[in-house]
Amino acid sequence: MRIRISGGRIIDPGRIDTVGDVVVENGKIRSVGPPDSEAADQVIDARNCLVVPGLIDVHVHLREPGHEYKETIASGAAAAVAGGFTAVCAMPNTNPVNDNAQVTRFILDRARAAGLARVYPVASITRGLKGEQLSEFAELKEAGAVAFSDDGRPVVGSRMMRRAMEYARGFDMPIVSHCEELDLAGDGVMNEGVVATRLGLAGIPNAAESIMVMRDIALAELTGARLHICHVSCAESIAAIRAAKDRGVRVTAETAPHYFTLTEEAVAEYDTRAKMNPPLRTAADRQAVRQALADGTLDAIATDHAPHSILEKEVEFDQAANGIIGLETALPLSLRLVADGVLPLTDLIAKLTVTPARVFGLPCGLIPGGAADITVIDPQRTWTVDAERFASLSRNCPFDGWPVTGRAVLTMVDGRIVYEAPEA
Amino acid sequence: MQLTHKDILDIASLSVAEIELILDTAVQMREISSRPIKKVPTLRGKTVVHFFYEPSTRTKTSFDVAAKRLSADSLSLSKSTSSLVKGETLIDTARNLDAMAPDAIVIRHSSAGAPHLIARHVRCGVINAGDGRHAHPSQALLDMLTVRQHKGRLDGLRIAIIGDITHSRVARSNCEGFVKMGSEVVLCGPPTMIPKGIETYGVSVTGDVDEAISGADVVMLLRIQKERQQAGLFPSEREYARVYGLNRRRLEKAGRDVLIMHPGPVNRGVELAPEVADGPFSVILDQVANGVAVRMALLLLVAGGTRNENQD
Repeated sequence: MRIRISGGRIIDPGRIDTVGDVVVENGKIRSVGPPDSEAADQVIDARNCLVVPGLIDVHVHLREPGHEYKETIASGAAAAVAGGFTAVCAMPNTNPVNDNAQVTRFILDRARAAGLARVYPVASITRGLKGEQLSEFAELKEAGAVAFSDDGRPVVGSRMMRRAMEYARGFDMPIVSHCEELDLAGDGVMNEGVVATRLGLAGIPNAAESIMVMRDIALAELTGARLHICHVSCAESIAAIRAAKDRGVRVTAETAPHYFTLTEEAVAEYDTRAKMNPPLRTAADRQAVRQALADGTLDAIATDHAPHSILEKEVEFDQAANGIIGLETALPLSLRLVADGVLPLTDLIAKLTVTPARVFGLPCGLIPGGAADITVIDPQRTWTVDAERFASLSRNCPFDGWPVTGRAVLTMVDGRIVYEAPEA
Repeated sequence: MQLTHKDILDIASLSVAEIELILDTAVQMREISSRPIKKVPTLRGKTVVHFFYEPSTRTKTSFDVAAKRLSADSLSLSKSTSSLVKGETLIDTARNLDAMAPDAIVIRHSSAGAPHLIARHVRCGVINAGDGRHAHPSQALLDMLTVRQHKGRLDGLRIAIIGDITHSRVARSNCEGFVKMGSEVVLCGPPTMIPKGIETYGVSVTGDVDEAISGADVVMLLRIQKERQQAGLFPSEREYARVYGLNRRRLEKAGRDVLIMHPGPVNRGVELAPEVADGPFSVILDQVANGVAVRMALLLLVAGGTRNENQD
């Protein structure tokens, strides 16, 4: 089987940026760049499109095992490839928690059976996400876990977090931290500020995030471990990460499209689709996130894809579940950063591909001989977000109905076409 | 004239003309309560559901009396008698109630925004009887009615509201209401109880009680809840009373005909000294009487059937 992806702008950040052909043969990349005239079984016309390494989302919740009514590994993987992602890292807060090799292997088996996106399990730092006892890192790594996180919850005890970092260092695995000082966040359900005051909702100050970012940076310095900070939402966290990077701490960080797209104003009228943790912040924080993406303080864009059914969302605001789905909207929202002049296209692609891959130790790139995980993007394609048509089982998306520009028109994993967008 | 929306959810969504309509209607309703036979047939054949998801004695009683004086059939649901304890969602409960064709649902709920959620899913009018920290429109309206009754106007008055602003739906609704009607509102309380950005309501904030009271036409105290002390918002009732409590000595700073108001129940000796609560400037019991009148007006305007159904 020989496939030619023809005439697109090929961007593999740091390696190549040219117009030409990508040839895929038997699941592997054969050549990248030079025009190809040999006979092919299939020719994909990629003129006016971008041909990039398969996008990687290092932060998703696939809900299986345990909450299959929200999402399954198969439906989540389908949402991923529909959004242009060829690989996702699945957070461990399932039921049972991914704190043992059986669950890790189960996730990998299900992902293989689905045959869509690659799913890399992230195992829990502590057993049952309880913050009390370390999970068995060695066995989890052997089973296929790529990182450790108690995402959804912070590791409250500083001593436990220190030990986790020290122990993870022995395996050269990143500790992925959901930074939240629970006591300070208190009963808050949205950003603390004018909107929360007007709506009569309890607020969460920026410091509830940044205090924990600063603690974890201090512990990374103490231990020399690799620390990756999840879903950064506010200016104070960014300042702390920037300073830590400047002095050589091994820290990386991600943000999500909603933090560089929306503000707390989206919550007005008690819209539970805009409820998430950390909460949407102010316009100043959104600007800080954009600036941090531009200057490299934030390494990656990850969706924090968090499916919830209407059972959790069509309720009183303070009782609604946190989180939004993101896999099928992340690409056009991210491309807006290029249109807005925040960062060049190549840098944006890097934050969705090679940089997160490096942080999590995942293969990525248009490399002859390597696996053919490729995304073809039509950056000019305009379309309207319609949550009803999502591959995800859930609909909790605040961007429903938004007109957007740019979408993945073809997604390839291991040389197989796993998604093709319907004609415009 | 009638109301624009089917619901009364907060003061922010009422226009000045609508507030005046409600207050004027309430004046007529107040007269009914002074008759020997305190009942008119206006809402005969109309059904009002009092849905109190959060404990309430005063507001619930007030709405209940209001409904009865207008001859409406009223029924009460509380959290323990509703299907919510069986796991039914709020929307399902509301839709089921709506299917029985009531003319108004009066709701009290501990979650801010719950009345708005219900209003989107039912055909009948929804009256917010207090949602979380968000809004308590009938309280603000009765407060405005009380002030107007005694002062003859609302514009140009200086209203001081003292206490726990952060957790108070009464304060929020009164800020919106009095500012909308042209009063000057000054808020005062410990910094732990002043919510971020409250100035955007068009009010001023001070930490100095004497400054807040100075020249005030109305001083409104808010109830200090004991659990806020456990949460670290103030060290003790003793210290609160010392710094922020209203007593006779402090009252001398206020205007000559100052009105002392409190949404109740009063913590005597904490936010309000007994001699002030019972003193000549106190209109606290007028507030209670006006509460019935305002709620009669709201029920009449929402359930009265004169509203143009196609308007919203």
